[in-house]
Amino acid sequence: MIRIEGLHKWFRNQHVLQGIDLEIKEGETIVIIGRSGCGKSVLLKHIMGILSPDEGRIMIEGTDLFSLTLEELDRFRLKLGMLFQGAALFDSLTVKENVGFSLYEHTQLPEEAVAQKVQEKLALVGLSQVEALMPSELSGGMKKRVGLARAICNDPKIILYDEPTTGLDPINADVINDLILEMQGKLRVTSIVVTHDMTSAYKVGNRIAMLYNGKIIGVGTPENIKNTADPIIRQFITGSAVGPITSVSKGSAPGDKENGQ
Amino acid sequence: MTTKIEKIRHLISLRTWLEKVGDQSIKLAYVAGGLSFLVKDTWQVMVSTKLRWQATIDQMQKIGVMSVPLVFLTALFTGIVMALQGSYQLKLFAAEQFTADLISLSITRELGPVLTAMVVAGRVGASIAAELGTMKVTEQIDALKALATNPIRYLVVPRCVAAVFMLFVLTIYADCIGMLGGYLIAVFKLGMSSHAYIKRSFDVLLIKDVITGLIKAFFFGGIIAVVGCYFGFTAEGGAEGVGRATTLSVVTALMLIIFSDALFTAVFYFI
Repeated sequence: MIRIEGLHKWFRNQHVLQGIDLEIKEGETIVIIGRSGCGKSVLLKHIMGILSPDEGRIMIEGTDLFSLTLEELDRFRLKLGMLFQGAALFDSLTVKENVGFSLYEHTQLPEEAVAQKVQEKLALVGLSQVEALMPSELSGGMKKRVGLARAICNDPKIILYDEPTTGLDPINADVINDLILEMQGKLRVTSIVVTHDMTSAYKVGNRIAMLYNGKIIGVGTPENIKNTADPIIRQFITGSAVGPITSVSKGSAPGDKENGQ
Repeated sequence: MTTKIEKIRHLISLRTWLEKVGDQSIKLAYVAGGLSFLVKDTWQVMVSTKLRWQATIDQMQKIGVMSVPLVFLTALFTGIVMALQGSYQLKLFAAEQFTADLISLSITRELGPVLTAMVVAGRVGASIAAELGTMKVTEQIDALKALATNPIRYLVVPRCVAAVFMLFVLTIYADCIGMLGGYLIAVFKLGMSSHAYIKRSFDVLLIKDVITGLIKAFFFGGIIAVVGCYFGFTAEGGAEGVGRATTLSVVTALMLIIFSDALFTAVFYFI
């Protein structure tokens, strides 16, 4: 279980996260929605321990993430996997070296065992015969799938997805959505998906949380969110240009600018 | 009209200038602090974890072996130019035979390490900052952390070890090639005997001259790698940010090389 308590983050004088409180249950898929640049990726990077907060804490399975030393944090991170927005594949390494990165770095497994595990994970995301390719030779959809294979190579208990469908065509986006559902079904992992793609949010989420102005303003099942009376959430999920979000944005709400993401 | 006057007032106002100086000083202190922390972290990681040998050897090839042609040309032509200019001046005092002494001393003590460091800072410092900067803006550095890998151990330490070692080797190489350049002019243009030139070149050298040059090279290697890595790690904002990081890396490395060279020369002068 993940518990986020009173999380605050400033970037210079921008107050991006303004007291996030959220509980994520074991085995569920929670989708965090919000406008571009509202701090969704920043929140995800806090859960991964890549960024540290100015205030507040994150408890994962009873451990306060930010009380750990660097070495302890590294060991802890092996329980987590993250799919980055642009896949963030290491472009000097082959697909096999990318997917098997943590096995090469943190285990003494023989080459054949690594190759087998890499092949297994690539098959799980629907890829084969790509081990020898370089990331520059892959399409956008393939990169995301390789990124996902890398994130699950360590059999993590928690997987974080940063805008998994952004930049993909609708068909590839749906393939990724199916993969997220498959991960939950097959591996029984807890998933946190950050997105502003509502089709994806409704499809993969057990619960949806909306981040607005650095705070979680609503959490509920996809049905609850679809039928919400909250005007801010309504404007976001219907994708309307007119409403409370845009009228506040014209007065430049804090945390609404692209920030450190 | 009023606006123009206000603009001019603003431009010449002492307050504006003080603000600019203050702003730049804060930025400078920020960079100095960042560099110091990176040096400290790199040192801690270097002594507490196992070195990635394969990556270090790859970096030695990129930083050292691939810089050989550039260092060769720079050192050779510096030796040639020094011999021509030096003999021209020394001829006025009928002291042309001292050309060998002049080249030998100035190359080993000063020009060998400094020119090598400048050439490597331009070639390698820029490439380190660009490579790491691209990794930063495409979230590859974050991905390393997410995969429980310390970016300093994975990226900075191999580059630092390789740069320090290869600068050392390249400086010895530059010293030899620089003296060869002087030899070519002295023997084939000035008519000095080959034996006399070589004998004078080595007789005048003290072990201290060579060692002080190599100590400088050791530090210059560290400066190039750490500065390149720092600006790569702090790159922000896509291609433009990477370009800015690259430029800043080369400029800062060159400034630090010149500054520390003056400092070392002053210190060694009194030893």
